[in-house]
Amino acid sequence: MTTPISPDMSTPLLPAKPRSGIWRQLLKRRLAILGLALIAIAVAGAILAPLLTPYDPNEQMFDGLTLEGAPLPPSEKFWLGTDLLGRDLATRILYGARTSLIIGIVANGAALLIGALVGITAGYFRGWIGNALMRFTDLMMAFPALLLAICLAAILQPSLWIVALVIALVNWVQTARVIYTETSSLAEREFIDAERTIGASTPRILFRHILPHLLPTLIVWGTLGISTTVLLEATLSYLGIGVQPPTASWGNIIFENQTYFQVAPWLVFFPGAAILALALAFNLVGDALRDILDPTQRGRA
Amino acid sequence: MIAYIGRRLIQSALILLGVSIITFALLYLLPADPVRQIAGRSATPQTVENIRQQLGLDQPFFVQYWRYLTNLLTGDLGRSYIQRSEVSELIVSRLPASLLLMLGAIFCELAIGLTMGLVAATKRGSATDQTLMLTSFVGVSAPQFVVGLLLLYVFAVRLGWFPIGGYGTWKHLVLPSLTLGVLGAGWYARMMRSSMIDVLRQDYIRTARAKGLRRGTILVRHALPNAILPVVAMIGIDIGIFMGGIVVVESVFGWPGIGQLAWQAIQRVDIPIIMGVTLVSACAIVLGNLLADIVAPFIDPRIKLR
Repeated sequence: MTTPISPDMSTPLLPAKPRSGIWRQLLKRRLAILGLALIAIAVAGAILAPLLTPYDPNEQMFDGLTLEGAPLPPSEKFWLGTDLLGRDLATRILYGARTSLIIGIVANGAALLIGALVGITAGYFRGWIGNALMRFTDLMMAFPALLLAICLAAILQPSLWIVALVIALVNWVQTARVIYTETSSLAEREFIDAERTIGASTPRILFRHILPHLLPTLIVWGTLGISTTVLLEATLSYLGIGVQPPTASWGNIIFENQTYFQVAPWLVFFPGAAILALALAFNLVGDALRDILDPTQRGRA
Repeated sequence: MIAYIGRRLIQSALILLGVSIITFALLYLLPADPVRQIAGRSATPQTVENIRQQLGLDQPFFVQYWRYLTNLLTGDLGRSYIQRSEVSELIVSRLPASLLLMLGAIFCELAIGLTMGLVAATKRGSATDQTLMLTSFVGVSAPQFVVGLLLLYVFAVRLGWFPIGGYGTWKHLVLPSLTLGVLGAGWYARMMRSSMIDVLRQDYIRTARAKGLRRGTILVRHALPNAILPVVAMIGIDIGIFMGGIVVVESVFGWPGIGQLAWQAIQRVDIPIIMGVTLVSACAIVLGNLLADIVAPFIDPRIKLR
């Protein structure tokens, strides 16, 4: 999903600060701590899922449905109730965290990589390659990202990796734009000219001198992007064209149980809260990182 | 100014041409076969071949695209494979409902977002400010289908204040508009807050305060008009975000707009409709951005046209 405001990080750039400094500053912000805590819970839940729950995510339990065959409300035995097939909802949500995090990291990592490659190439080399790349980026910005993702996911046979691919294909555009602006202003700085004059090779300039200056932006966009990715995966899975059941995903839990939502609203509420919490967490941390890494933005958005 | 608008219009036309090529190529390359969908499973190979020829789908890519493009220039978006009617007619008949929904959403996001941002900026650093900003983060992080389903459950199923879905009266409009507007409300709250804080730092505000004007007067007469304009100029950009959101929101609420049309078409691989809606959306996005760019210098003369 595109965002209406993009952080302007083109002006004075300091080299990336040591990591410990970032952590210390993050831990001074209440909202960032909340975000980090939510992420930690999701990661722990995803990794430790088999230890945290006695049930299997795909186990259809005999006592998991009422006599009429309806899902059970939250109880001592099934903490968050059961779904339409009598599976434990809490267990499915725990395993669903795996899906969300894997897609969040893989799809967003790929999008970030594509965006950075396009942005750096276009910004540093300019010329017809740069022009062509940026015109293509402009073109991609005219596509409604969600609609494009829905089209692609519906027509391709969906699987975890296809969903990740689709998300990466629509989400790299913003990163490319921001990285392009920054790289092209960096490429004109004197210290880069100086490097060229003393005969530094292009890869050396790119990796030793340009990339470190882009790191803060990449960290910020990388974090905020996970939130977008999590939401997009959930939406595609809710429409039935994302991650396919029986693999648990927070979006497809809601998709599967939607018909019961009037009588069993917890089937929508709990996975919905999980999606919201994870997306919120990455937004909070990303926003705090932007404040910390970009002094020009401090105290504003 | 006119030269600038002219140049931007040409750029926009080129972008739309590009969008049409990419969409067409994607749908051409993808594995789904519309002919199989139309013919059904029991069709003989001969029938399938006949339908393929009828639709011109046996022609090479460039021939197909060229025919599509020349038709497009006369306003002909082709015929739906399944609904047997003109795509342009289908879109035109669905468009008013979607526009109404978007207007409702713009109203909701401005009413909620601007109020939140304004209050947060005037109480900067307080607990109220922090709560409001956390709320705005929740707004931008909430998946639209969950918001929609929750609103439906609380206000339609439980309280019965609004209908569960459908289209017709103003009551039908409230929940879908709110759902579509929540995301934008979060963004507007944050933008309005930072814009207002920027304005409150200006010298003329200090002057007004030094003159001894009341705090309320300064906020409403001096700060608000300057703070609100750059934020409202973003409405054009919202249109692009809505174009994706309506697919989800209209499917949750059974709202008969182009989002629902697109979703049905996607499920049946009805390529002319998918193409049509994508192009209309791209037009809306390009026009929205153009509008935002043209309006901006009028609102803030410090912005120079390039």
